[in-house]
Amino acid sequence: MLARAADSIFWLARYMERMDNVARLLEATQSMSGMSESAEEWRSALVASGCDETYLEKHAEVTPEKALLYLAYDPDNPSAIMSCLDRARTNARSMRTALTSDMWDAVNGSWLEGRHLKASAFTPERIGETIDWVKTVGNRFYGAYAGTMLRNEIYWFARLGTFIERADNTARILDVKFHLLLPQDEGVGGAVDYYQWTSILRAVSAVRAYQWVYRTEVKPWNIADLLILRPEMPRSLRACYDEIDAVLAQIATSHTGRRGECHRLAGALAAQLRYGRIEDIFARGLHEYLTDMVERTGQLGVEINAFYMR
Amino acid sequence: MFDEMYGSDGAPRAPYAAIAKWLEQQPLETLRAKSDEAERLFRRIGITFAVYSGGGDTERLIPYDLVPRVIAKQEWGFIERGLKQRTRALNAFLADIYGAREIIRAGKIPEALVMLNPAFEASMQGLAAPGGVYTHVAGIDLVRTGPDDFFVLEDNCRTPSGVSYMLENRAVMMRLFPEFFARSGVEPIARYPEMLLRALQSVAPRACEGEPTVVVLTPGQFNSAYYEHTFLADEMGVELVEGADLVVEDGAVFKRTTQGLQRVDVIYRRIDDAFLDPLTFRRDSALGVAGLMAAYRKGTVTIANAVGAGIADDKAVYIYVPEMIRFYLGEDPLLKNVPTWQCGREDECGYVLDHLEELVVKEARGSGGYGMLVGPQASTKERAAFAQKIRATPDAYIAQPTLSLSTCPTFVDSGVAPRHVDLRPFVLVGSNGIEVTPGGLTRVALKEGSLVVNSSQGGGTKDTWVLRG
Repeated sequence: MLARAADSIFWLARYMERMDNVARLLEATQSMSGMSESAEEWRSALVASGCDETYLEKHAEVTPEKALLYLAYDPDNPSAIMSCLDRARTNARSMRTALTSDMWDAVNGSWLEGRHLKASAFTPERIGETIDWVKTVGNRFYGAYAGTMLRNEIYWFARLGTFIERADNTARILDVKFHLLLPQDEGVGGAVDYYQWTSILRAVSAVRAYQWVYRTEVKPWNIADLLILRPEMPRSLRACYDEIDAVLAQIATSHTGRRGECHRLAGALAAQLRYGRIEDIFARGLHEYLTDMVERTGQLGVEINAFYMR
Repeated sequence: MFDEMYGSDGAPRAPYAAIAKWLEQQPLETLRAKSDEAERLFRRIGITFAVYSGGGDTERLIPYDLVPRVIAKQEWGFIERGLKQRTRALNAFLADIYGAREIIRAGKIPEALVMLNPAFEASMQGLAAPGGVYTHVAGIDLVRTGPDDFFVLEDNCRTPSGVSYMLENRAVMMRLFPEFFARSGVEPIARYPEMLLRALQSVAPRACEGEPTVVVLTPGQFNSAYYEHTFLADEMGVELVEGADLVVEDGAVFKRTTQGLQRVDVIYRRIDDAFLDPLTFRRDSALGVAGLMAAYRKGTVTIANAVGAGIADDKAVYIYVPEMIRFYLGEDPLLKNVPTWQCGREDECGYVLDHLEELVVKEARGSGGYGMLVGPQASTKERAAFAQKIRATPDAYIAQPTLSLSTCPTFVDSGVAPRHVDLRPFVLVGSNGIEVTPGGLTRVALKEGSLVVNSSQGGGTKDTWVLRG
């Protein structure tokens, strides 16, 4: 397939996944901020999505209303939900011939619906409804591509985009907790702490999964274990990297075995997650570990681009 | 005025009998609902068309009209023969003027008109296009003024567009009115992409071994016809590429793929000549492929339509097409030309300026309905302003009588009413022969009384039916 087509489909999938993830981040933040008066949760959401600096260039202070609008709607923010949908569609449109009509319909149909949303759909009162819509859009896209695409290169590059973006986002969402400071009169293990951790589970739709796997009250190291090392958790780093490693191997096989740096990097990360222990991660420092994962995932994206998309 | 459904006397003509009856039975609300459904379908599929000025929404729909336009079997038989004849002559002309130039030496067409024409491409001299084909896809615009009167309004030999609308209009028609369509006995048109692919493969370079690799070259998603480019690539099952996806190495053209470079044999380009190769044409073109012309001249790749094919559809050269048919084919032209005055000739220019209120004046090198004057519909002031433009650069204009284009019943806000139409059939030329898809794209001027059917000027389209019996 064309190198540019691989690039477009990869980014189409990334932007759709990012859109979905930003929506989940907003949902978690919204629910965490229900426990406090401050805008601390919103500040950490901006940090976690990597756009705190650009936000502060535009706004003097962090308020829930402004942060919400910036993360969801502001065209100046390239990772805002609506910007993601717009970019996803641009990528889809530039490679329409690589998409099934169902996939195009999922992207273009959602984009047409999204055009009717005004800033008023992104207020704290109405964001819940809008987030539900965004999740439907994400599932509709995912369903269309899982259900209608031939299992060939085009599909594999879409999968790569989805899982690289997802790994990046899971690491970032988990890191939100690090950036959150507990109120002074609250201690670790208190009600607010508990509530914050649960919100992270909710953000990745994993409250039930947690109970299913651990059958115990919410504990931070279990949540980290679930989101980093558990293969059965579809948004865990482990699950993402198992998939990335397998897909890259599949592409290599179909290209008469040609491999490059991206294959080595993905293999190393997948192995590290497969044999990693949560005790070691905490001993090293969760925040340092997650920052490193975000960086290496970014590097993997660069290597994939260099090897296949030029 | 000739109405294709009701003739000149108000009684439904035979080919339209079934449609007239059907249309009378449809309540307006049904038509309105179906029309809305059609619009939703088009927007959903993304069949949009970029409009360059006017602000607002840049992705617009070309309005689709529900009422089909019908051509009887024997009418089509005549048109088809005429189209094939004309396209053969146009290709012979192109091969000739980039070769021996016999038609000029025989004095049948003025040398200056060809050699000094901006559409004449000097870099094509002495290059024999593979299979002798220069215009692989020709769009010959026809108008009708009476039961037996068909005129060629203009030829399009470069990159005629609109075929995706022809095909999508049919698909939507069949979806909206499946039963009515099924019992109407209409010639199918769905084979067009397959025919196009066959024609393109037939002109692959001789040295090409195995199945030729065809690609569609697009300027990208901001081009007005981008939807069509994706549609054709998709339907033919070939890659849609942009200039940056191609590279010339060792005198051959390759596409950049996830597995490295792969050879390309035939390029169906939807980019104008000037943008094809920054080394030969416009240096500032970011759309083209550096070195493409050198590869083309070496014969390692085929470009369709050929570079320089535009000289055959120049509006001043148009006047000589009947002469070409006699000269190259030794036949009498079947399809008539519209009488045309060249403002560049002093005697004719005088006539044009004296009769502006009855003529249509067009730019000899323009397209898309921009920069034309429809004399009878223009104000005195507009005519005076246009006359000045003609006096300033007479060479740039031609004039034709205002033809009374046929009308077809059309669904508009006020109900069903007659509107003027034209027809663009698509002629495919390969080294294996010429084929014409039955029908073509019918364009309709939606404004009452308007004669301008271009989509950039508020025109719409209709499904076009050629009847089987």
